[in-house]
Amino acid sequence: MAQDDANSEVVTAPPTRRKFLLAVGLALNAVVAVLVAIPVLGYLLGPIRRRTAQSWILLGPIERFPAGETRLATYENPFRVAWDGPTAKIACWVRRLEGEQFQVFAINCTHLGCPVRWFAPSRLFMCPCHGGVYYADGSHASGPPPLALYEYDYQIRDGQLWVQGGQIPTLSEPV
Amino acid sequence: MRLISAIANWFDQRLGARSTLEPMIAHPVPRTTASWWYVFGSATLILFVLQIVTGICLALIYVPTADKAFETLEYLNYQTPFGWYLRAMHFWGSNGMVLLMTLHLIQVFLFGAYKYPRELTWIIGVFLLLGTLGMAFTGQILRWDQDAYWGLGIGAAIAGRAPLIGSQMVELLLGGPIIAGRTLSRFFALHVFVIPGVLIGLVALHLWLVLRLGVNEWPIPGRLVDRTTYRQRYEADVQRDGVPFFPVAAQKDMIGMAIVTVGVLVCAALFGPHGPRGVPDPTLIDTAPLPDFYFLALYALFALLPPWTETVVILVGPVVAIVFLLALPFLAGTGEKSWRRRPIAVVSVLLIVLTVVTLAGLGITARWSPVMDAWSALPTPEAYVQGRTPLQLQGALVIQNKQCRNCHSLGGEGGHRGPALDGVGTRLTQDQLIRQVLQGGGNMPAYGKNLTPAEVTAVVAFMQTLRPAQEPPARSSVVPAMLGR
Repeated sequence: MAQDDANSEVVTAPPTRRKFLLAVGLALNAVVAVLVAIPVLGYLLGPIRRRTAQSWILLGPIERFPAGETRLATYENPFRVAWDGPTAKIACWVRRLEGEQFQVFAINCTHLGCPVRWFAPSRLFMCPCHGGVYYADGSHASGPPPLALYEYDYQIRDGQLWVQGGQIPTLSEPV
Repeated sequence: MRLISAIANWFDQRLGARSTLEPMIAHPVPRTTASWWYVFGSATLILFVLQIVTGICLALIYVPTADKAFETLEYLNYQTPFGWYLRAMHFWGSNGMVLLMTLHLIQVFLFGAYKYPRELTWIIGVFLLLGTLGMAFTGQILRWDQDAYWGLGIGAAIAGRAPLIGSQMVELLLGGPIIAGRTLSRFFALHVFVIPGVLIGLVALHLWLVLRLGVNEWPIPGRLVDRTTYRQRYEADVQRDGVPFFPVAAQKDMIGMAIVTVGVLVCAALFGPHGPRGVPDPTLIDTAPLPDFYFLALYALFALLPPWTETVVILVGPVVAIVFLLALPFLAGTGEKSWRRRPIAVVSVLLIVLTVVTLAGLGITARWSPVMDAWSALPTPEAYVQGRTPLQLQGALVIQNKQCRNCHSLGGEGGHRGPALDGVGTRLTQDQLIRQVLQGGGNMPAYGKNLTPAEVTAVVAFMQTLRPAQEPPARSSVVPAMLGR
């Protein structure tokens, strides 16, 4: 600034106005950038919501699950959108111990999420991806899984089995 | 002829193309770089162009919604003229691109091209590598089949292992609480808009830097890179003994580009498109998801890592690898360029390539996975039922029915998760067999609750017969008389 003044008086005034306009231009665009960024970031980060993806889901009458057996049950995810197609369907393993005592396991292996399969004769769940194996009660039998199978909360209302779920189970949010 | 040149002149007066492009095309490069070793970069680039062309074609039919994507892929395969071939070109083009980019990376590394003054070229190259792998993963998702679905399941499980922000990462990745419509849409946006846009920009920068800094000369052992002298020496070399990039160096590039493109065309014609394999219905659980070849090594690593190291290796490993690649030109930015005097560099490349290839090979056979239908599909080998007592035969039946063969092979058939049962009678005594079956251990589940005492007796009796005829069953070293006391 001081140098400009010293060099010539003629250029002093116009640069100030130019600088002012430049400053206004920059500031305006900064404000506009923020105004654009708020909805864009809000939109992009929209999927991050805390604990909303939980709902009671009907699996069917408890007679469908004979005592002492483990059966595959499927349901439609309650948080589906119209164009989800077959991916809205979710499977889970229902183990009826006796009476109204159940265990409902997520299909996803706790290792890396692959679908585990129930083998009734050996009473084991086996995972096709990396060879994780679980016992009938979901506890870890062998292989890389870090935990027992994910278990849904369940309740029985009027002879119907309901589970609480709605999101993909992971180690940071099991069911 | 005169008309053509008049038209060309008209355009050139406005575009100024001749004065800008000609010096670029004909700029002198070291004579040594007109080599077959220098064609991998341009070969990768031509495949990228091919990917853009075939990708746009596929987008004319493909619908990125979870309920229709699979059908449109089938429509492309079976109804659209050349649809299957376009899909095949896009698939084999992506394989070729990953392969050639890897070769380019190795060549550039071994020739010391990442050293001064080309550090930034290398760094941009690292981001091109990440972008291309990103394209490979997102592309695999767009092939909306069971592999895509469970591949995303693995992605979500990895994201969910992140401490503190795990569940947020999962929701960001999937665009919702589960793998479904919103997931596919965001991977479509990444695969078609975001990553290609970034790649095109980075490729332009990468090429601009090659033009500005010159093609890396063929390294001469003992000729060290020094920040103060390198550029003058390079300029002097190019002035003294340079050749114009076009046509002298470019002719090999052009032949290389043609060969890889024909390679893709031939592979596409011979092997056809990949998938889609199975409707992405997650309630169809009789599936064994398998990643495309570029991720087979990772898939194998996830199975073989000791479980307690897994989360750290999965989450920290990639970060360390990327940081190392980015830091490389700053750690070793000067000095020896030639691979002849960089034994550690050569050995590292060999080790990494061998590791990745070995892991990928293991990923194909996946011997750690139980063979899910072995128990019902594979009969007990005949030799193992001949001359057995009824009790032993009963044991052979238990082995089948209790699905032991999903993990244990007999006569080479069955799972390889556990040791083969052939010859087990020479390795374990009766007591050891009983204990192993009842209590499990060493990665075997315990069968104590699933077998009746009679079944255990039968299984052990059968397994004791699994040994060569001339060998006795395994015995304890304890003298029987001492056992009696």
